[in-house]
Amino acid sequence: MGALTNLLLLLLVVAVMVIWVMLPWYGVVALALLFAGWMLFTRRGQQAASVAGVGISTLGQRMGSSAVIVIGIAGVVGVLVALLAMGEGYAETLRKTGSDDTAIVMRGSSAAEVMSVLDHDSVTLIPQAPGIARDAKGQPIASPELVVAANLPLKGGTADDEGSVQLRGVGEQAWAVRPNVKIVEGCNFQPGMRELVVGKGAAKEFAGLEPGHTIHLGSQQWTVVGVFSSGDAMDSEVWGDASVVADTYRRGSSRASVTVRLTDPKAYDAFKAELDGNPQLKVDVNTTLDYFSKQSEGMTKVIRIVGITVGLIMAIGAMFGALNTMFAAVAARAREIATLRAIGFPGLPVVVAVMLETMLLALLGGLLGGLLAWLIFNGYSASTLAAGTVGKLSFELKVSPALLWTGLKWALAIGFIGGVFPAVRAARLPVTTALREL
Amino acid sequence: MKYLHLIWAALFRRKARTILTLVSIIAAFLLFGMLDAVRTSFNQAGQSANGAQRLQTGSKLSFIQTLPQSLEAQISQVPGVKMVTYANWFGGAYQDPHNQVFSFAVEPNYIDLYPEIEVSAAERKAFDETRTGVLVGEKLAKRFNWKVGDKIPLQSTIFPNREGSKNWTFDIVGIMHSKDKKAGGFYDQLFLLHWKYFDETTPFNRGTVGWYVTRVADVNQADRVAKAIDAISANSDHETRTQTEQAATANWMKQLADIGLIVGSIMGAVFFTLLLLSGNTMMQAVRERTSELAVLKTIGFSSHSVLAMVLAESVLLLLLGGSIGLGLATLIIPVLSAGSGGMLNLGAVSASSWVLGIVLMILIGLLVGALPALRAMRLNIVDALAGR
Repeated sequence: MGALTNLLLLLLVVAVMVIWVMLPWYGVVALALLFAGWMLFTRRGQQAASVAGVGISTLGQRMGSSAVIVIGIAGVVGVLVALLAMGEGYAETLRKTGSDDTAIVMRGSSAAEVMSVLDHDSVTLIPQAPGIARDAKGQPIASPELVVAANLPLKGGTADDEGSVQLRGVGEQAWAVRPNVKIVEGCNFQPGMRELVVGKGAAKEFAGLEPGHTIHLGSQQWTVVGVFSSGDAMDSEVWGDASVVADTYRRGSSRASVTVRLTDPKAYDAFKAELDGNPQLKVDVNTTLDYFSKQSEGMTKVIRIVGITVGLIMAIGAMFGALNTMFAAVAARAREIATLRAIGFPGLPVVVAVMLETMLLALLGGLLGGLLAWLIFNGYSASTLAAGTVGKLSFELKVSPALLWTGLKWALAIGFIGGVFPAVRAARLPVTTALREL
Repeated sequence: MKYLHLIWAALFRRKARTILTLVSIIAAFLLFGMLDAVRTSFNQAGQSANGAQRLQTGSKLSFIQTLPQSLEAQISQVPGVKMVTYANWFGGAYQDPHNQVFSFAVEPNYIDLYPEIEVSAAERKAFDETRTGVLVGEKLAKRFNWKVGDKIPLQSTIFPNREGSKNWTFDIVGIMHSKDKKAGGFYDQLFLLHWKYFDETTPFNRGTVGWYVTRVADVNQADRVAKAIDAISANSDHETRTQTEQAATANWMKQLADIGLIVGSIMGAVFFTLLLLSGNTMMQAVRERTSELAVLKTIGFSSHSVLAMVLAESVLLLLLGGSIGLGLATLIIPVLSAGSGGMLNLGAVSASSWVLGIVLMILIGLLVGALPALRAMRLNIVDALAGR
């Protein structure tokens, strides 16, 4: 008999978890309202509210053991949110880099810019396609660019600690294609000179990338003349004049890609069709949004899987901690609960009261963990070698409201499981046994 | 030791509670085992004896820049160099440009420099004799269901062949196995083709190589040899940079992410939670047993032995849970690595992780037991028996 009800209880918990995972936020709000209504307007609900009131008002006396639930759950939520924020920040940085009204043209079946080579003829042919926006002088806004990996010393490392940074050789039009890139310090490089402008993120990762400094690329000296900021993946790059970069890296007149600004997103299909249909060209055309989103796919997935695995294991630990604490709390109040039952309170209000207490502690834990994650990690900058590029990509962790909501949902789920078994036990304990206990 | 049964009985006085606490501890140490495996596998990447013996020489300008083939003869003249080989990126991808394969075009003696790679003599011979032959790592072969004798198409995301198409065809002639399963994940993913075939087929390489690998006769001479190799092309238009494979890998890993920080902060959060949790359990356990402890003292146990027994109980609790957790991690990690089809390559739980784990268990056990044990030691017999 006991085993059967326990099995049923387990099945119920599993069912509740499945529903809980799929429930959207307005579902939760509706549920909370329904529950509040029940507590306010039905007799059972009012009984539950008063029993819960007693339990909650004595929480202060059980500070130590209540803190176990709160801090345990805060730990789970904090770590989970921080890890997911890392994935989010990474994906967001690459997503922001692209838009649907710019397109990138690379040689066919190149997975990334660094692997692509477009010869001089292609580079001159591509800007003649229809659908490209024109600047004030009537020139098509198309930027042929070159991407190479440059080895530079890392900041804070020994002289031998070299990292790889993505060096982009650009022309005038690069700025027109990406209006969000702005020089924030110093000035732009002069065409034909060995001068560089560096992204904010790159300046943070690598040594010597300050205006006025000279750095070595191979046997040549380059002067850093300015710092630019874009708020996306370009921040991790270093830009120089395309023809000078091509010279240094012996690339001749070839380029890696051509990025164009379209007249509007709808012009993309015609633009792509024209290039695909041109027998002189063997190129792949993508909107930059598509291109950069695809680059982030794999890494984002890995980070998410790691985050959820770690969170899950921690959640199991915290759940059993909560179970333990609530069983102890119920045992300590066994006589009190039995007295309530003896004077006529049915089982349900007792179950609800214990549940409510645990959920409240879990909610506190979730809020605390989310707050900590937000305070410590929101805007925290991290960096990694990005797939498809040849340099370090720096990005900021982003603790979004959606992530906080996910964390809160986890907290409440842990609280639910941690509370439901002790609650049912409290309600099922025979009154006479409980009164005799201790 | 003679009180072990007593401590054991005390530990399982309340079975349900002890088991619940144990599960929490198991979860914490399972996580510890997995994270520590990741951390050590990152730290140890390339740290093998072979890694210290091999030097990598690449372009100082950029790792994608190629070097002239004529350097080979010059490098082999450097005193202390035992063997030289070279390789190129091939940038292979199977079926979809995003399905990338670690593919290098190598000189036939490449495998001689990597004793970690195991290839049967017959397959090695077949590779040497087949122009379009390739050797593939066993995990890679498993991932795409390749067998010896298969003719497979591979796209290069960098190099077109003579017809201008980027679709290349290769014959699989052998499967490579890495000898050291723990650190060898990388070799099982590798795809090796002939440099000569590659160079003759693509119009873009023109006899250049991506990087040189040198085996030095004496590890202690590695630094001197590296400097001598770099001196050959100093002030030329193809300056080189030579590092031991160990240093190069460590450098590369450092760029991937600050693994130490992330792993460290997760472990901090886990252990703080754990500390609180088991500390609370121990407090409860001692509180409940006040009268029992008083009886122990009455029949002649000294205050110090009561202190020791409570401490031993909490250490035992941690050791029990911790060992199960670490044991689980040891079992799960190989399964996870295998299940992901080579996508994840976690290291194994090493002996050093176990030592660190056990030290942590004892420390945490002492820490959480300290307060209740002190309480038990200071217990006044008369008050405790009277329930005051």
